[in-house]
Amino acid sequence: MLGYLLRRIGLAGLMLFGLVCLTFVISNVAPSDPAALAAGPDAGRSQIEQARRDYGLDKPLPEQFLRYLTDLAHGDFGRSIATGRSVGTDLARYFPATLELVILAMALGVLLGVPLGVLSALRKDGPADHATRIFAVSGIALPPFWFGLLLQLAFATWLGLLPTSGRLSVFTEPPPPITGLLLVDSLMTGHFELFREALSHIILPAIVLSLPCLASILRVNRSEMVEALRMDYVTAARAHGVTPWRIVMVHALKNAMLPTLAIIGLRWGWMMSSTVLVETVFDWPGIGLYAVSSAIAGDFKPVMGVTLIVGLNFMIANLIVDLLYGVLDPRLRRA
Amino acid sequence: MTALLEIADYRLAFDTFDGTAQVLDGIDLTLEAGGTLGIVGETGCGKSVLARSLMALNPMPPARVVSGQIRFQGSDILAMSEREMRRLRGRAISMVFQDPASYLNPLLAIGTQMEDAIRGQDAAVGERQRPRAAARARAAELLAAVGLPEPARLLDSHPHQLSGGMRQRVLIAMALAGDPVLLVADEPTTALDVTVQAQVLALIARLVAERGLALMLITHDLGVVAAACARVAVMYAGTVVEEAPTADLLSRPLHPYARGLIAAVPDLDHPEHRPQGIAGSIPSLITPPQGCRFHPRCPIATERCRSEKPLRREILPGRSIACHHATP
Repeated sequence: MLGYLLRRIGLAGLMLFGLVCLTFVISNVAPSDPAALAAGPDAGRSQIEQARRDYGLDKPLPEQFLRYLTDLAHGDFGRSIATGRSVGTDLARYFPATLELVILAMALGVLLGVPLGVLSALRKDGPADHATRIFAVSGIALPPFWFGLLLQLAFATWLGLLPTSGRLSVFTEPPPPITGLLLVDSLMTGHFELFREALSHIILPAIVLSLPCLASILRVNRSEMVEALRMDYVTAARAHGVTPWRIVMVHALKNAMLPTLAIIGLRWGWMMSSTVLVETVFDWPGIGLYAVSSAIAGDFKPVMGVTLIVGLNFMIANLIVDLLYGVLDPRLRRA
Repeated sequence: MTALLEIADYRLAFDTFDGTAQVLDGIDLTLEAGGTLGIVGETGCGKSVLARSLMALNPMPPARVVSGQIRFQGSDILAMSEREMRRLRGRAISMVFQDPASYLNPLLAIGTQMEDAIRGQDAAVGERQRPRAAARARAAELLAAVGLPEPARLLDSHPHQLSGGMRQRVLIAMALAGDPVLLVADEPTTALDVTVQAQVLALIARLVAERGLALMLITHDLGVVAAACARVAVMYAGTVVEEAPTADLLSRPLHPYARGLIAAVPDLDHPEHRPQGIAGSIPSLITPPQGCRFHPRCPIATERCRSEKPLRREILPGRSIACHHATP
């Protein structure tokens, strides 16, 4: 198990280096001139050249890359050229908002997707199976911005039950940041009213974000369960008198969870990178919104920072999935 | 006294995309308590489906009972609900499977699988499930009974860590967990190495003798039947064509198909007698031949065989055969 663990972590380190290379390349092939942006719209040629020297953009690429690496190693994501703020500080502000949204969406996806997948497999080709499958297909097919607007219309405008945007009402003082996750911080500091308010804000965007994730978990889990329930070891378990509940929830589900876990890992990274649509519709101050507004301004350091964070999330999620594989599947543990 | 197991006019069909396959076509078989019956036949003749029928393990649909009864200790298995059936599984009727690698769950420790079976059998008869520790002790006892060393360590291992022979012993131990009276063994040695086959077969024979189990042994290997079964039934395309004491059948098969089977076995004492195959191949069960299902491959078939299905009749004491042309 230790060897397996070390191998996985070693691979993750390699991937991290690849990721850093990639963000650097992206920032250098993009068709806009950061020096011109930094110097401002009215700057002349000499001022632009001055800015280029200030930001070290006149140095050869390998040297720039080396500096980028050393900065990153010191936790420095660089400065936004447009606002002059530290990208690291910005990320620390925006990332928790996205993280909170993704955690909640993933929780919904797993807690509903896995049981519905099991149910669907047990009632294969019955009405419940057809209903969940229609739900799953629409979950993947519905555009999130459209679905988000629809929910806003229904729950905010017509029913007046939930707010339409933001993490809290504009008049509310956020709790002192501990983790940056409002739901957690408000509970930790005992602000229950604040918790309720944060929950009412996050619930709609979380549902919209989780729908495709929920749908794909459901689909994969259903087909894997159908497969597992047909296996010889399930027949044997029945013949030996194992209870139906144990057969489904342990003997079959454990096998079905291996591929489902892979999907969960991928969906985690995918949600991190695709929150932007949801964040736009619900005016959610997360990294998606931050990345897009920076990209529109041609401001690359924030985009590189966000790309790195999203990539890291992909990697960490996959690393955790790999480790869980090792825990679930004894055949992987040798070596 | 009624027999332990009585199968009467049992017909089972599988509804497939291509049509309905008449997989079992009127099976009549009887097994006394403590008796041993071998079922032989080619792949696809329906012997495994028959074995699974005894435990209601065939998936329904696509399988569908057309007619008949399977009376076990007097009550009809085919009429039982799944809940009633669960009371029998493992406790009255147990099954040993063909390929021990695929019939053990790859992700669960041997101990977990055995405990689940033992505790599940408690639950099936409405008793409180015994604690895991008690089930584990029972599992270790069973592993020792099938001759596996270091049961305690074995309980913590996973199937991929065991050899094929050990896995089959584990499955046999699991089958014994509920002290059944009938053991159904479906090709229990087919997936094993030849040297291990003999050991596993000897183990089954010993357990059957020691515990007074009735045994229904499914195989395509006449040598296996000779070693373990007092009686044998030969199946062809979903029908039993001949049933006889094993020694009689091996020395003097009467049905043309049974004769073909015996002639196909290499004779090591007389290597100059080349084994003879049976011409042709097994028929489609969706459109089986009219009359006797064996007639297209039968060397002595006549016009009557093409139109009229032969019924199995006793032509010698304890010996019955389904053929128009059979003579004692």
